[in-house]
Amino acid sequence: MSIAEAAARLPVDKTYKIYIGGKFPRTESGRYFALEDQKGRVIANICRGSRKDFRNAIVAARSASPGWSAATAYLRGQILYRIAEMLEGRHEQFVTELVLQGVARRKAKHEVNATVDRLIYYAGWSDKYQQIFSSVNPVSSSHFNFSVLEPTGVVSVLAPDDSSLLGLVSNIAPAIVGGNTCVVLASESRPLCAVSFAEVLHASDVPAGVVNILTGFREELTTQFASHMDVNAVVFCDGDADIAKLIQIEAANNMKRVISRVDTRWSEDSAQSPYLIRDTQETKTTWHPIGG
Amino acid sequence: MTVTALSTSPKMPAFSRVSTVDEVGVNERVARFQTRSIKKESKIEALHMILSMIDLTTLEGQDTPGKVRQLCQKAIHLHDAMPGLPHVAAVCVYPTMVAVARDALGNRDIGVASVATAFPSGMSSREVKLEETRTAVDAGASEIDMVISRGAFLQGEYNFVFDEIAAIKEACGDAHLKVILETGELGTLDSVRRASVLAMHAGADFIKTSTGKIQPAATMQVTFVMLQAIRDHYRETGRMVGMKPAGGISKAKLAIHYLVMLRETLGAAWMTPEWFRFGASSLANDVLMQLQKQATGVYQSADYFSKD
Amino acid sequence: MDSQVNKLAFNDGWQYAPAPESTDHIQIDEKYDLFIGGDFVAPDEGRYFETINPATEEVLSSVALATDADVDRAVKAARKAYGGWSKMKAKERGKYVFRIARMLQERAREFATIESLDGGKPIRESRDIDIPLAAAHFFYYAGWADKLEYAFPGRNVQSLGVAAQIIPWNFPLLMAAWKIAPALACGNTVVLKSAETTPLTALKLAELIQDAGIPAGVVNIITGAGETGAAMVNHPDVNKVAFTGSTSVGRIIQKSLAGTNKKYTLELGGKAANLIFADAAIDQAVEGIVNGIFFNQGHVCCAGSRLLVQESVADEVIQKLRDRMDTLIVGDPLDKNTDIGAINSMEQLETIRSYLKIGEEEGASMYQSSGDVPDRGYWCRPTIFTGVSQSNRIVQEEIFGPVLAIQTFRTLEEGLEKANNTPYGLSGGVWTDKGAKIFKVTQAMRAGVIWANTFNKFDPASPFGGYKESGVGREGGLHGLDAYVKVAS
Repeated sequence: MSIAEAAARLPVDKTYKIYIGGKFPRTESGRYFALEDQKGRVIANICRGSRKDFRNAIVAARSASPGWSAATAYLRGQILYRIAEMLEGRHEQFVTELVLQGVARRKAKHEVNATVDRLIYYAGWSDKYQQIFSSVNPVSSSHFNFSVLEPTGVVSVLAPDDSSLLGLVSNIAPAIVGGNTCVVLASESRPLCAVSFAEVLHASDVPAGVVNILTGFREELTTQFASHMDVNAVVFCDGDADIAKLIQIEAANNMKRVISRVDTRWSEDSAQSPYLIRDTQETKTTWHPIGG
Repeated sequence: MTVTALSTSPKMPAFSRVSTVDEVGVNERVARFQTRSIKKESKIEALHMILSMIDLTTLEGQDTPGKVRQLCQKAIHLHDAMPGLPHVAAVCVYPTMVAVARDALGNRDIGVASVATAFPSGMSSREVKLEETRTAVDAGASEIDMVISRGAFLQGEYNFVFDEIAAIKEACGDAHLKVILETGELGTLDSVRRASVLAMHAGADFIKTSTGKIQPAATMQVTFVMLQAIRDHYRETGRMVGMKPAGGISKAKLAIHYLVMLRETLGAAWMTPEWFRFGASSLANDVLMQLQKQATGVYQSADYFSKD
Repeated sequence: MDSQVNKLAFNDGWQYAPAPESTDHIQIDEKYDLFIGGDFVAPDEGRYFETINPATEEVLSSVALATDADVDRAVKAARKAYGGWSKMKAKERGKYVFRIARMLQERAREFATIESLDGGKPIRESRDIDIPLAAAHFFYYAGWADKLEYAFPGRNVQSLGVAAQIIPWNFPLLMAAWKIAPALACGNTVVLKSAETTPLTALKLAELIQDAGIPAGVVNIITGAGETGAAMVNHPDVNKVAFTGSTSVGRIIQKSLAGTNKKYTLELGGKAANLIFADAAIDQAVEGIVNGIFFNQGHVCCAGSRLLVQESVADEVIQKLRDRMDTLIVGDPLDKNTDIGAINSMEQLETIRSYLKIGEEEGASMYQSSGDVPDRGYWCRPTIFTGVSQSNRIVQEEIFGPVLAIQTFRTLEEGLEKANNTPYGLSGGVWTDKGAKIFKVTQAMRAGVIWANTFNKFDPASPFGGYKESGVGREGGLHGLDAYVKVAS
């Protein structure tokens, strides 16, 4: 193709949809919001997710939960390694999207690298966190007594607004490596990477429904994420004391575990640890007699 | 079809001597059967054996004499384009279709098996079940496939289940009796083992996994447990009992895994249609396709094999 | 129950046609040098020795004989690489090890085929167990590299330096993975010597490590026999010695290391007891026995080589065992249907044969499986001995072949006493349907790995190692990190 031809060639833009149950539907509400770059040009029309989308996503996440929590730790680790590999392969695409949304190019590159490494980090925990946090308990009766971690189930995540790729993945990875399924609300100001990350998940043998990603307005959806009765834990990363209080109140309806990760500096090593896995785990203790 | 009668009147088995079954261990052994690589002449021999062991089955509410006649036609003419094929062991139908089947098959050496005893649920009175059995036998059935009363079994009413099987066996006369355990409803492999022992002591000539009307139907796991029960029964009493997995075996590859399992659990004596059957409807065509592939070296299409 | 009455016929009728694994896609060179400092280099004295296929007695390749000077070169290369490797960011180190894991998965079939050719184990075992487990070990330890502070909370964790590692011939590639993966993850560099009769997969691993871009000198792989191993153990600039092999050699090594500062782990022999109680799931217990002693031709340190069966079910168990033995296929390791492959070497076959003779001379009754074995090559049929007691040599000494000694017991206490009555303590098995009994037996059994209602299960997350003369130290799991770090306050 000559330069003139290339200049005349019209690129085919991507439609940014949401990701539910292993498929890419549009929001059932049909609503959208226009994402603009710093010069005010429209980058894309983003789905303005509805509470019905959220409800559908939770159904998908719940139905994926038994299979995913029963998968071996080894398999979950292998899948996270695969996600890292797929993301690494799309390095340039993600840098471009971050730059479009106003992130400086050098910072964008660091963010993508850090995201790949963070996935590798959590992949490595899959078959180890149980060894750190479980115990055999020396009770005083003739019983074998042991405590193990189990995934809490379905986790709803209000992903960080500013750290739209690294922060997003830093919350997804520890939840799913621990056997949970999740529904995630992408950054409102920078939603593109979340949708592209859904494509990466889709290419990585992640079973349908394990991760579901919605875009939309915080203000409209926070209550849904906090109040749905079939969600076991809610994670939030932004907001003031009022928002935090609202989430706590709504979560109390079904005793959801409430996990605040506000003010976390996602680009630092302090933002990753096996304790983020433990946040969405329950502890189960079993007794059995020792005898003849 | 040799029917080995019990030498004395049937006696309840001593369940305390029946071993428990470890599910994980069974799964591992089954997985090993599935790694056997059956090729070349042993594959062809296996495929022929499978065809000869098939009970070609139609058990639908919408069965008609026409449908049954078509089935019998297929039983006789599996694939005339390929010479030297064995015929299937039997056709399996509802009691009201037995006469049609017997007539369509003539005096060929293909059995007519009839389900009976309120198949598939078994929810009926003893009298009705006995009557149905006699009717089927009178109409020409050489084999009767009965169902056990699962509810009674799960409630622990083993004597009831035992007596029922013994009574049906008596009503069979010269026909041989297959006892369907409906393993998909029994819950555990321990129960499958116990039900197998119960049925054999009560006089079953064959024990069979399933009606094919619920999921799960036959699995390698339940079949393995039943084969081991047969083996222990033989060692203890000298009496051979046959085995039939039914439902869910539609691919030749899977059927070959079953033959491997049979060979390595019971040995050569059981590897004939007299002692082992596949309850299947679409298995035959897949086997024919594999045979054709072995003969020509080319993968086949379903379009070239009759669907009756 | 007389086994001649109501006999089952396993060798008649339908047979399995040969199903050979193809070898046209694998690459074995005519000659291999030593992998030192990132390159293949010729041995100092220019000597090579042959490695053969024990199923056919054909020569597969020639490999270098490393002498003292070569060992010295390798240790120097490892020391040189240690600075950069240990100071590298831990997560980058982890990603290097992850590369090895991934490439091993990609080349799995070639490795499995060569493993079976060189060592005699069935291709089904190499393909389904050895190679996948080896890759999984690299994956597991790759993940620990940047997480050591959680394994040793509150402590300052450091690598040791250069590790000298000597591995046996029964699981060649898997043992290489067990040694190299944790060493690297903890920041050490390595000189590894494969066994004399099974050098090939270690050398292919060397090629893979080169292809994966692992920095030169981090892993050095040399070939040789006992003297090469001794040179490694005695080299003054080695910080850590890891050995898997016989107890007698382990004893020599422990003595050689006395007075030095070298850390060591030893994984030695065993004579494990499998206890079957009357309330066990009998058929699965029998399968467990078979898995425990006949697979891998009984060349397993943790093999269940003693069967202790509760008297009331002894006849039944032995009958079922015989039936199962008669279905085991002994033959060409490259045939996908082979269950029992070739004995690894003529030397080992002679050792096994001498024990069979001792068994008979001691008055035990021997039963061997029926079925053919090939003419050429080294073969031993699965064998059981009954009519033995604790004082028989075949009950006390490790045979390292497919030979099982069977005794009975009456009470749990008696069973436990017999199980523990051995200088070894690597592994043990208990078969019962009763949970409380499982925990009672596992508490009282003096062995490092106890399998309840299963046997010979391995996982990179599960620690493995022995009590008493079966060795010291653990490999695998969180506990397997201990061997490769220095922990300070």
